[in-house]
Amino acid sequence: MSATIYRFPKTPPARTASLNKQLTIAVAGNPNAGKTSLFNALTGLRQKVANYPGVTVERKEGLWSLSPETPPARIIDLPGLYSLEATSLDEQIARDVLLGQGVIEKPDVVVVVVDATSLVRNLYLATQLLETGCPMVIALTMFDLAERNLVEINVEKLSAALGVPVIPVVARQERGLERLARAVFEVAAKTSAPRPVSAAPLTRPWQSGLESRRLQLVPITSSWNGKPNGEPESRKSNSLSWQLPLIERYRWIEKVVADAVVDAGRRQRTTERIDALATHKVLGPVILFLVMLLVFQTIFSWANLPMNLIDSVFNAIAAGVRAHLPAGLLTDLIVNGIIPGVGGVLIFLPQIMLLFFFITILEDSGYMARAAFLMDRLMRAVGLHGKAFVPLLSSFACAVPGIMATRTIENPKDRIATMMIAPFMSCSARLPVYTLMIAAFFSGRNLFGFISLGALIILGMYLLGILVAVIVSWLLKHTLLKAPSPPFVMELPPYRLPNLSNVGHSLMTRVGVFLKRAGTVILAISILLWALVAFPRATSQGASDTAAQVENSYAGQAGRIIEPLIKPLGFDWKIGIGLISSFAARETVISTLSIVYNVGEEGGPASSSLVEAIHNAKRPDGSPVWTPLVGLSLMVFFVLACQCMSTLAVVRRETNSWRWPLFMVSYMLVLAYVASLITFQGGRLLGFS
Amino acid sequence: MTLDTTPYGTRARVVSISGDGAVALRLMQMGVVPGVSLEVVKSAPLGDPIQVRLRDYDLAMRRVEAQTITVALAND
Repeated sequence: MSATIYRFPKTPPARTASLNKQLTIAVAGNPNAGKTSLFNALTGLRQKVANYPGVTVERKEGLWSLSPETPPARIIDLPGLYSLEATSLDEQIARDVLLGQGVIEKPDVVVVVVDATSLVRNLYLATQLLETGCPMVIALTMFDLAERNLVEINVEKLSAALGVPVIPVVARQERGLERLARAVFEVAAKTSAPRPVSAAPLTRPWQSGLESRRLQLVPITSSWNGKPNGEPESRKSNSLSWQLPLIERYRWIEKVVADAVVDAGRRQRTTERIDALATHKVLGPVILFLVMLLVFQTIFSWANLPMNLIDSVFNAIAAGVRAHLPAGLLTDLIVNGIIPGVGGVLIFLPQIMLLFFFITILEDSGYMARAAFLMDRLMRAVGLHGKAFVPLLSSFACAVPGIMATRTIENPKDRIATMMIAPFMSCSARLPVYTLMIAAFFSGRNLFGFISLGALIILGMYLLGILVAVIVSWLLKHTLLKAPSPPFVMELPPYRLPNLSNVGHSLMTRVGVFLKRAGTVILAISILLWALVAFPRATSQGASDTAAQVENSYAGQAGRIIEPLIKPLGFDWKIGIGLISSFAARETVISTLSIVYNVGEEGGPASSSLVEAIHNAKRPDGSPVWTPLVGLSLMVFFVLACQCMSTLAVVRRETNSWRWPLFMVSYMLVLAYVASLITFQGGRLLGFS
Repeated sequence: MTLDTTPYGTRARVVSISGDGAVALRLMQMGVVPGVSLEVVKSAPLGDPIQVRLRDYDLAMRRVEAQTITVALAND
């Protein structure tokens, strides 16, 4: 092994001309190895998030001041990966960047994050990278934890064996960061200066013709098909030959580690002790239930306070503008289009922030992997991964943060399948509709004397959503999103106290991404829907004429046009206007119905005047428009239709195309139509009205 | 014997990994290679997946995946 011990320079290295350019540094490493903590410690707040072109994997970038004399380096936090033979989209992208096959330039230096508490497995990726010959520095994270385990790592020996600098760091306490900067600077200076290749081409025992073929990797532009791309063709014919290089590599690492590490064999048993409860046969599910109850409670009810605050602030602004501006089209646009549009975007922030606060804590602490471990068997029954559990449950509060939470699912097809069924979970925006229908038709009625019929119907709506989600998920996984099920094989990382600065970073990232990507779409559609109701202008203006305005608007005309279509569901054209406007957001149907029935916009879902108006509404032939069966049919429609532009905007943003959101809105509309039709016509056949 | 039938809490040594697909590749990347010593810790409440400890860390896998790993008990 031709390798030299790395020594820190006594004086800062002379600047070479080429070092005046901005260096690009990539941080790579296994998931859970402390990569993100290190990245945050190095960059502080100077970071931004973008997507890699064409895919939805996030590209985190920041600035790192290596030394006072040079411009700060560009530093990229790559998605975690276990190996260069990528088995997921995230890994594929990290690998493509590392090998210079990505759409972004090859990094000048790679900082490989290696978890000192699980040295052998972490060094697997490091040795693969060594072999590619890219300039690298190893950052040995969790060094303090390894010491506590009485694992004594001889850093110099390790560095000598690997032939690259190894720097112990503790990101939380910012220990070792300066040494890391100097080492990176040194490596960059060495490689950028013209020099003979002094380090002989690395020869390792596992290097063979086969191995180099294995690393013939497919660039990022090739479509992701759920299969590892570095798969050698020879694997099919001879099952053992492809294994040899992997085995050899592990043997070599084991030898290196055995030489450099003195392990007293004592381990902290914290993780084991927590797992004794967290994955216990009985207590495990109970704890998961309690944790999810807390998360659910938070986004379902505690978020209401800030949400109501945002709502009333925007109502107050609208009222203020209305009072101070002359009545007219512009005022109408501002008051009924722009202000509710902006408010409609911001109203999601409390839920998104609260959910991501919990999700980041669950992930960083290591509990999320346990939740997937506990739920995998159940989720697999519908063709999904254990990791789909948390996003789906969150969707009962709101599908928007739920869909954003599907990021934790690595397999793209599983992830899309989860997104496609998330809106079937009855979210809080459906509750006003359920409440109105129950208040109008089913209140005060009991079954067997003590079970409230209303409660039973609401429960039925939740169950209907879940049932349809299960069926659709199964169908999708067997048709459109058919793929060999990806390996579940998943690390259960040791429990660690979540780092609050990581949580803060993650929150700010999510909020920024939501505002920038989804927010703009939501605002645009809000204004469009406003225009549908505001045009063409009714001739007379006045508060009492809002009903006339709505009836004659494009939305009103559309309501009449679709009336023959929705008549079989039991709906008339006024309900049709409600349906059209509810595609902005489900709860809008209440205010629209209030307008068309002329009972004033401020009526809540249980407002007696709206209920009365519903009872009194008559068809041209004098028969009542609304019957309990119509109410039920409408509720079924609302369970299944994707009447939520925010959901669609978020799916668009998360899948990076309009294909999936369009598919989602259409198939859910068809399902809703058919289910409502069956409810109404079936109910009539059975003699209900 | 294969890993899915290995009794909990018993140390075993990996003899071979069968299969050619993504599962075998992922298992080996994660350090499940012939010769390594490991232990099945427990299963999830519904009996599947299982938790395996090796190389100072914990790995979860489904039983169908564990079935591809042939092991010998340490005291065989």
